[in-house]
Amino acid sequence: MNRFEERFSTLQVSGKKALVVYIVAGDPASETTVRLMHEMVSQGADIIELGVPFTDPEAEGPVIQLGHERALRARTTLTDTLAMARAFRQQDKKTPIALMGYINPIEAMGYDVFVDKALESGIDGTIIVNLPPEEGEILGSAMIEKGLSPIYLLSPTTLNERAKLICKQSRGFIYYVSLKGTTGASNLNYTEVAERVAKFKAMTDTPILVGFGIKDAESAGKISKMADGAVVGSAIVQLIEQNESEPEVILKEVGSLVASIREGMDSAQ
Amino acid sequence: MKNEQYKIPPGSNELSSAMPDERGYFGQYGGKFVSETLMAAISELETEYRRLKNNPEFIAQIERDLKDYVGRESPLYYAERLTKHVGGAKILLKREDLVHTGAHKINNCIGQALLAKHMGKPRVIAETGAGQHGVASATVAARFGLECCVYMGTEDIARQSLNVYRMKLLGATVVPVDSGTKTLKDALSEAMRDWVANVDSTYYIIGTVAGPHPYPMLVRDFQAVIGNETKRQCQAQYGQLPDALVACVGGGSNAMGIFYPFIDDTSVRLIGVEPAGHGMETGKHAAPLSVGSVGVLQGNRTYLMQDEDGLILDTHSVSAGLDYPGVGPEHSWLKDIKRAEYVTIDDEEALGAFRQLNLLEGILPALESAHAVAYAMKLAAQMKPDEILVINLSGRGDKDIPTMAGIDGISLS
Repeated sequence: MNRFEERFSTLQVSGKKALVVYIVAGDPASETTVRLMHEMVSQGADIIELGVPFTDPEAEGPVIQLGHERALRARTTLTDTLAMARAFRQQDKKTPIALMGYINPIEAMGYDVFVDKALESGIDGTIIVNLPPEEGEILGSAMIEKGLSPIYLLSPTTLNERAKLICKQSRGFIYYVSLKGTTGASNLNYTEVAERVAKFKAMTDTPILVGFGIKDAESAGKISKMADGAVVGSAIVQLIEQNESEPEVILKEVGSLVASIREGMDSAQ
Repeated sequence: MKNEQYKIPPGSNELSSAMPDERGYFGQYGGKFVSETLMAAISELETEYRRLKNNPEFIAQIERDLKDYVGRESPLYYAERLTKHVGGAKILLKREDLVHTGAHKINNCIGQALLAKHMGKPRVIAETGAGQHGVASATVAARFGLECCVYMGTEDIARQSLNVYRMKLLGATVVPVDSGTKTLKDALSEAMRDWVANVDSTYYIIGTVAGPHPYPMLVRDFQAVIGNETKRQCQAQYGQLPDALVACVGGGSNAMGIFYPFIDDTSVRLIGVEPAGHGMETGKHAAPLSVGSVGVLQGNRTYLMQDEDGLILDTHSVSAGLDYPGVGPEHSWLKDIKRAEYVTIDDEEALGAFRQLNLLEGILPALESAHAVAYAMKLAAQMKPDEILVINLSGRGDKDIPTMAGIDGISLS
């Protein structure tokens, strides 16, 4: 079993849903990132999505765009991001890490080099926003061959035939983008999400997690009733923005947000 | 991936028009690198475009508007004094500066606005650098009764204030984009974010031959009117094809428009001029085809200005419309198969050509087009008098008067 499978099976045994947290690597500084990863896990996060900074994060809303800009001011690259994962992995052997970002830094590194380095660094999978399965075949099969999970996204506009393809090609989990919009949007329609997720779940045994628009215990609790887990990103990155120059405050504030979301999700079950 | 398989046998008419392939690739360039939410929208657009592009009624609508509204065909003008001054090949200007709104951008906008109408989208969005595509989009939105929202970097808003006000007069909303480098690429990202959020109601009019498939194909097809007319006019006026075509390349739509119908005419040299900005040696330029490397940005794989970590570099050109770190994927392919040549002209040379075209021909070129003029003057000097060189004069320079006045230290207010 890979780390995703282990984590989901543990969750299932304990009757819990997956809480996935997102931060941008190097936002606001690389030392803070690794500490923050551990802190979020200790407050109840199950999976970490580690954002790879990119100059043109076209799918992100304003909050996460600024996170990318802060990380780039500290000159954080894909190589640096992998180093942070490796540092985290020295102490935490179990929490799965998915890199989330855009394809260009990976193309620049080269697919084969990337796959080897990701494996070495204790990365478990990738969520590449601008790499639909049609464009992801070569990288995807190179990853699967080495036991890494290419995670694809489903969206409210994905038609059934495509959804089947995406479910088939995804490993680890499938990321359902809950709304038409960028990260951090707030027009979440729970009824629609429930219907769509139920339909996708009938197509696959791979866990389906929901992201975009989930920002607190209440929204995460609602989502965890209809899906295998919830992804929280902008709400965390916002706290980093508000406390940019005070790493200790970031750890404390993000930690308590994660703890409250954990509680909201668990009590909703 | 190998490019050899895409080499064009001389005289073949089919291969060039068959590009891109079904997956939206020109050789290894192009593709559909977009978020999942947009996949349905670009598939719908492709289906609709393929359905309509051979529909006689749709074609007639476009031709009618290009003639009566845009004012086509645009003249192919013999620049006699410029030719004499340079002392080489006969220099002809394809006068896209004379079409409605003052640049070739309108050709594409008419086609895409009609597509939007056919697809039942009440709202259009666009990105703009120099403001020419923004103006053209706002114009067709007014013409067809569509709501229009234009994204523009704050740096470009500052250097193209006339066009900003003009878009407002046309009823468009201009949204300032203050992220990243605050120029064209950031405006394009912001337009994509709008499109993701409003994909049901909104049609995205991309202004250049970039973005995800099918945009590079359909923008090229709508701009090919430039090359088709040039071919016909040159044959009629001089009984021969031109020997060289010269066009500036930012994203590459005016160049692709004039090149495309000549791709199979291998006696015709196709030359794209990228902006060298402050000079290639300074790194402050926007010439991905000349010194960039292959990567993926804003929907397609192409040559980019990027560092070794795959981060996109800041670019510079005195002309906002050329200030872009990527380039249309078909240009990348034409470069690799050596069908087109790509060269550079720096800010100073472009400004010099801008002034000379005013003095020698009484024509005010856009700073973008002035790059093509500058290179054409160098090239024509090395060609024979019985050869013909056509410059795609893609736009007029009224919008650049404040910039030029600033350079000359003259206050216009």
